[in-house]
Amino acid sequence: MDFDLSDDQRLLKDSVDRLIADRYAFDSRKKIMAEPGGWSRDMWAQFAELGLLGLPFPEAQGGFGGGPVETMLVMEAIGRGLVLEPFLPTVILGGGLIQAAGSPEQQKTLLPQIAQGKKTYAFAQVERSSRYNLADVQTTAKQDGSAWIINGEKSVVMAGDTADTLIVTARTAGGRFDRGGIGLFLVNAKAQGVTIQGYPTQDGTHAAEIRFDNARAEAVLGDPAGGLAAAELVMDQAMAAICAEAVGLMHEMHVSTVDYMKTRKQFGRAISEFQVLQHRSVDMFVALEQARSMSIFATFAASETDPATRSRNISAAKVQINNSGKHIGQECVQLHGGIAMTMEYKAGHYFKRMTMLEQLFGDTNTHQAKVAKAGSLF
Amino acid sequence: MDLSFTPEELAFRDECRKFFREEFPEAIRRKVLDGQHLSKDEIVTAHRVLNAKGWATPHWPVEWGGKTWSAVQYYFYQDEMQQAGVPSPLAFNTSMVGPVIAQFASEDIKKRFLPATANLDIWWCQGFSEPGAGSDLASLRTKAEKRGNTWVINGQKTWTTLAQHADWIFVLCRTDATAKKQEGISFILADMKTPGITRRPIQTIDGGHEVNEIFFDEVVVPEENLVGEVNKGWDYAKFLLGNERTGIARVGFSKARLKKIRELAALERVGEQRVIDDPKFIEKLTSTEIRLKALEMTQLRVVANDRGRGGRPDPASSILKLEGSVIQQLTTELLMDVVGPYVMPFAESDEGSGRNEMGWGPEYAAQSAPAYFNNRKVSIYGGSNEIQRNIIAKAILGF
Repeated sequence: MDFDLSDDQRLLKDSVDRLIADRYAFDSRKKIMAEPGGWSRDMWAQFAELGLLGLPFPEAQGGFGGGPVETMLVMEAIGRGLVLEPFLPTVILGGGLIQAAGSPEQQKTLLPQIAQGKKTYAFAQVERSSRYNLADVQTTAKQDGSAWIINGEKSVVMAGDTADTLIVTARTAGGRFDRGGIGLFLVNAKAQGVTIQGYPTQDGTHAAEIRFDNARAEAVLGDPAGGLAAAELVMDQAMAAICAEAVGLMHEMHVSTVDYMKTRKQFGRAISEFQVLQHRSVDMFVALEQARSMSIFATFAASETDPATRSRNISAAKVQINNSGKHIGQECVQLHGGIAMTMEYKAGHYFKRMTMLEQLFGDTNTHQAKVAKAGSLF
Repeated sequence: MDLSFTPEELAFRDECRKFFREEFPEAIRRKVLDGQHLSKDEIVTAHRVLNAKGWATPHWPVEWGGKTWSAVQYYFYQDEMQQAGVPSPLAFNTSMVGPVIAQFASEDIKKRFLPATANLDIWWCQGFSEPGAGSDLASLRTKAEKRGNTWVINGQKTWTTLAQHADWIFVLCRTDATAKKQEGISFILADMKTPGITRRPIQTIDGGHEVNEIFFDEVVVPEENLVGEVNKGWDYAKFLLGNERTGIARVGFSKARLKKIRELAALERVGEQRVIDDPKFIEKLTSTEIRLKALEMTQLRVVANDRGRGGRPDPASSILKLEGSVIQQLTTELLMDVVGPYVMPFAESDEGSGRNEMGWGPEYAAQSAPAYFNNRKVSIYGGSNEIQRNIIAKAILGF
């Protein structure tokens, strides 16, 4: 057992950290946010050049051959920089689903396109009433000759306004909550019958409401009635990824709070001299380290072979991440004071992203209930 | 990065598990797992079983019976011991005075005390805290004066745990009243039978009698009983307190307690449903388990980091006591939640035995409230959680 990085991992971490430090200063980020869809194609090309967009794919498919630890390192850096580009929707979700469910042919064609930065993806799975249940699918896919015709509506699709391809969960059989009968369909975002209404989200990224009216899918990934297991696997991997992103956010919030306390003067001295504030920032540190531990736990849980154990452990990690994130975010704003309430200062933006991550892929109550149902963690 | 253990490490874990669960006296383990207090004889027996195996003092120098275990091996030893309900070897002997003697005392003192300390032939108690010196321990006032070839001790110590069983006491005494407060303290050993030492028991809010006050009135001890150098006692005390870096989280112990709570919550009923099926209860249990899992991972990070740090504690280790103590306290709340109205009967006994002698309610009820009351101590002793926060603020956050 060791928590040290290999030489390659350290190299990866250093190069991502450098890119974020050089190109993702707070003011640069503001400019990126103003671009169409709220992210930079130029930055995306640099990600591709660094090999980040093929990070988790096998080398034979244009990838980097990275595992969960590599993903964790990149996601943590993405959190620290409040990166806006659609790495999570395209590489982790899109690429992940193609890897988990796609045919060898599909993998060979589609993954290199992602790795080279030529195509972006969005995973259209949430519906108006499904909340965090992947199996709650009312969108339908009906066979028409060799084609699949999609009908239904998807909600809050991350990066859905700029994605080239949508991966849509749709029902080919069974009732609303049935675990069987769900397929993963590739739909061109420009296809006839696809209506996309994009909007900015609270944290500065984008999402979309998407309607499918007799839209024709380009292909299906794997079994048209057996896509749920792959979707659950990839969702767990994505959850481990956002746990790491959250640790990056929490780290920045904690460091910036401590730095600010040392420079901000009131009553004739730095506010870091007040014991009540020192202790509160120590409690932020404890929450951060507990979150970091559970992010590592989730990273390794993502490659757990038994789905029940995998899902339970990742849910446990998400609960800790949410609790730590809420505590650190609120304390970051409180200890900064008024300045953190403004859009012109970075602290509030970290707080907003953290708050959205608490909701993303399942809130605290949802995951706590899942852990409770699964029985003891020990 | 790799969370798996080597085959050798896993074999060691299995060896620990087998010994603790199959070869260690079952009756003592049961009592610990059921939350009952152990008698002096039981503590001595348990300690000597460990020492016979060579496992009472693994972190001592090898020449005095220590092991060359890796941090991972030490972690498994503690975790398996705590999970099995095996009482830790007596801390005053093995974690406190033993390592100080081994590190700083003369050869004569080492030979005289270390083997007997390892085997609990001598039971030690700790003379540190005073009525006016708690968190601010360095302000202690018990003094030792040099008279001829003796030290004469006058003063008072308090919170002296299990002094009623003790043969010897290690005492922090002021030996230079003019020096800066940390620099005038010495570390002195005294036989509890020395004339002038008297003991007054303190009953704690759980009804038990764990701690005492110790009074020193013209207590004369030979000069060789001063460990190491005169006025260096504060350094030795800091060494002693820094000795326990990971075990203090008591993760294995909390795991065992949560397991027990799960079992009992499946027996107790609220109306038609089992307590374990009550959504509010299971939510609290689950959130405590998640917090403990995070702490276990943090502890593993500290353990793994131990290599190559040359004995310097990992900054993350400072959070182990903070989180570990709060989690221990939460488990005692959960146990009361399980028990329900039968937390109320109070069975007074000298030892605060936790035995349900009067037979009110289920067997496990009698110790639930006392355990809750008693465990408030864990965030106070060994450097209160507020002191821990001061340490982190200074050492890690740079305030």
